[in-house]
Amino acid sequence: MKVRSKFMVGSAIIVLTLISLAYVGFTQSKTYYHTISELSALHGTSLHQRMRVSGNVRSGTISHVPGAVEFVLTEQGKDLNVSYVGRDPLPDTFKDGAQALVEGKMRSDNRFEAQQVQAKCASKYEAAPGQTPESPQPGQTSNGAGAQSAGS
Amino acid sequence: MDILGSFSLLLAFLAAVYAIGAGIAGIVARKTLLTKSARNAGMAVFVLVTLAVACLEYYFFTDNFSMAYVAAHSNRSLPFYYKFAALWAGQEGSLLLWTWLLSTYAFFAIFINRNKHPELMPYVGVVLASVQTFFLTLNNFVASPFGLLAGADSAGVMRVSALADGHGLNPLLQYPEMVIHPPMLYLGYTGFTVPFAFALGALLGRYPGEKWIHITRRWTMIAWCFQSVGILLGAHWAYAVLGWGGYWAWDPVENASLLPWITGTAFLHSVMMQEKRGMMKVWNIWLVFTTFMLCILGTMLTRSGIVSSVHAFAQSSIGNWFVGFLALVFIVCCASYWKNRDYLRSDNQLDSLASRESSFLFNNLILLAACFAVLWGTLFPVLSEWVVGNKISVGPPFFNKVNIPIALFLLLLTGVGPLLAWRKTSFDALKRNFAWPLGGGVAAGIVALVFGFRDIYSLICLILGVFVTLTIFSEFFRGARVIAARDGSNLVSAVGELTMRNTRRYGGYVVHFGMVLIFIGIAGVPFNKDIQKEMAIGQTLTIGPYSILCQNFDRVTNGNYDSERATLEVFRNGKSEMMLYPERRFFLASQVTETMVAVQSSPLRDLYIVYAGRSPENGQPVIHAYLNPLVKWIWFGGIVVVLGTGLALLPNRRAALLLRPVSEPSWGDRLPARVSPAGAIARRGEGND
Repeated sequence: MKVRSKFMVGSAIIVLTLISLAYVGFTQSKTYYHTISELSALHGTSLHQRMRVSGNVRSGTISHVPGAVEFVLTEQGKDLNVSYVGRDPLPDTFKDGAQALVEGKMRSDNRFEAQQVQAKCASKYEAAPGQTPESPQPGQTSNGAGAQSAGS
Repeated sequence: MDILGSFSLLLAFLAAVYAIGAGIAGIVARKTLLTKSARNAGMAVFVLVTLAVACLEYYFFTDNFSMAYVAAHSNRSLPFYYKFAALWAGQEGSLLLWTWLLSTYAFFAIFINRNKHPELMPYVGVVLASVQTFFLTLNNFVASPFGLLAGADSAGVMRVSALADGHGLNPLLQYPEMVIHPPMLYLGYTGFTVPFAFALGALLGRYPGEKWIHITRRWTMIAWCFQSVGILLGAHWAYAVLGWGGYWAWDPVENASLLPWITGTAFLHSVMMQEKRGMMKVWNIWLVFTTFMLCILGTMLTRSGIVSSVHAFAQSSIGNWFVGFLALVFIVCCASYWKNRDYLRSDNQLDSLASRESSFLFNNLILLAACFAVLWGTLFPVLSEWVVGNKISVGPPFFNKVNIPIALFLLLLTGVGPLLAWRKTSFDALKRNFAWPLGGGVAAGIVALVFGFRDIYSLICLILGVFVTLTIFSEFFRGARVIAARDGSNLVSAVGELTMRNTRRYGGYVVHFGMVLIFIGIAGVPFNKDIQKEMAIGQTLTIGPYSILCQNFDRVTNGNYDSERATLEVFRNGKSEMMLYPERRFFLASQVTETMVAVQSSPLRDLYIVYAGRSPENGQPVIHAYLNPLVKWIWFGGIVVVLGTGLALLPNRRAALLLRPVSEPSWGDRLPARVSPAGAIARRGEGND
């Protein structure tokens, strides 16, 4: 029994160490995800936490100012002014109308200061063939076992 | 022709359902004929799914753009090898690949054991067929790859239509690794189904003896090997294609592939406790169950988009099917364990902390902790949304904080564990075995410290890496010296002889050595450097010992993409060393731009250069240069791991020698000159691990 309890003590030390490490890592890197409409309801500390916000880039709002790229994100009629201050060039998919995910903090002047921007082009990858704007109109996609026999 | 694929897929589904029904009936009624018929149906699934896969590939190669899947993922000017790989470019095809690889495994598992273990195989067949039925349900009724493009004509009648050209393959996937990475990873994911089937089958059938655990271990090693290769190829793809200078971002999809790998690793170690000492039976069977469930979970995370990921391959409701299946698997596992728990009673107890057993216990504890942390961090956005209604994600600092100490502790155990004796190790033996490897490690650490090596984790990693390497080499050396002295052979051939006599032990050491190389490669991360600069022709950028001169910018075009290319000359100490050509490609069919990174790789460091785009202010090209030390060690370590696993799967030579009757007259003549008959007899007395 003695060996068993020694093993238990060793395990407990290891597990406790890991839990405290996990807690520290968690508090350092937790990022809240908010929608633009939720932002106006936030106040106090929760407004100045690190967060991610997604929305569509409003057409014609992308402008380059010294040290930053400014644009407006919009979602369900609500707008958010964003300044991108990161050092990487913006992704190619970042253009008017693209879906973008920004990560950073709210500034006191109600501008969102983004450290990172990810963007997804609306017509990418998994889009059904009919949805890509530049393609010829193929009609609708039938994508089920039932419809297959129609094509034989 | 168009209907053949979907028809054989439907037949495969029926065959799998029949294999379950007839299999269960055969077990219950003890009818051999039914069992045989179920077995044949199980093998027929493989043939039918193969036919379906062949059909889909045929549509890709014949540019059949009336097939929705082909139209969405290929185009005419796509090179043929990417047309081949386009099979798994999307949701439906990926799931079909899953099913096909699973059915391949199932076929071989059944075929190899067709005349063996008559009390076990019917159960195994039913479990395999059940898993296949789930995936074939998805393939047939939820995400069929054989959907046709159709539209209503003027009279309102639906007609099949075809595109003139397809939409092309996602450019991110147009990279050589993408031809091989998904099949490798899926061979890992699907491969863990076979050990699961044997474990669950043995439990359900209360199969006597430990034979099933040997079978399970071998199949787990195969799946584990593929999973390792798949993970590393994925990391290499991310490194070479995504252009952010790293290879691992703790992305949900990456984590998903790591989870079953971790539990699989834990099982491969703790299974030895069951084989040698009859311990940990409950633990082992649950490790196998968990590994399989994590494979399903991983597939779900990859395919359903439940957790958003930069890979963002798919967004669909298919997740519900996986949740249902996972719940069902979990219930079946719990129920069969509860019903047969007395079958898994342990034979022995832990004797001492300084023993092989306790090193395996700590190894398992720590691996499970890593698995739990990664799982927790990956699913945290989903969990937090459920519990507090707020989506909270955790980033790399969380994963690194927990997993780096775990990894270093594991590295320590890699060196310590194999040298500890079973049951109990004396203090003298500890001193004898560890004194000089540990001394070597500490000496290396001191030298590194003197040379200005200050990162604490990398320093520990270096010390432990040297320590583990020295223990491994001393193990080979000690064993080989005994053989060399006995047989009069040289040390090198004695190492080969030693390895072949106990492939499992020495193959395991080779795998450990490969892991050390990977660890050293990862330990280079704190020394990464990068710099980003707008560059005109004739300008220079300096990073580390290199200065990079921008010589030219030009455009290249072909049917598939237009590309902007920088021509850079790299100087080192004033001497011209090489030319590098980072590119940005604009893919015509999909209208997407991707970067082509230029990497100059050497064992010491990678020079990694990205053409990051044009500056928004003045239109000048932006070059982002990274200097990443030791990255190549990771890929090389991966190759060593694969070689080691291959070695460990080989049968022992010693067993083959023992099969020959000692009295056979010509035996001595046929032996190679270096092996004396006396030595050959003497070696039978040697112990193994």
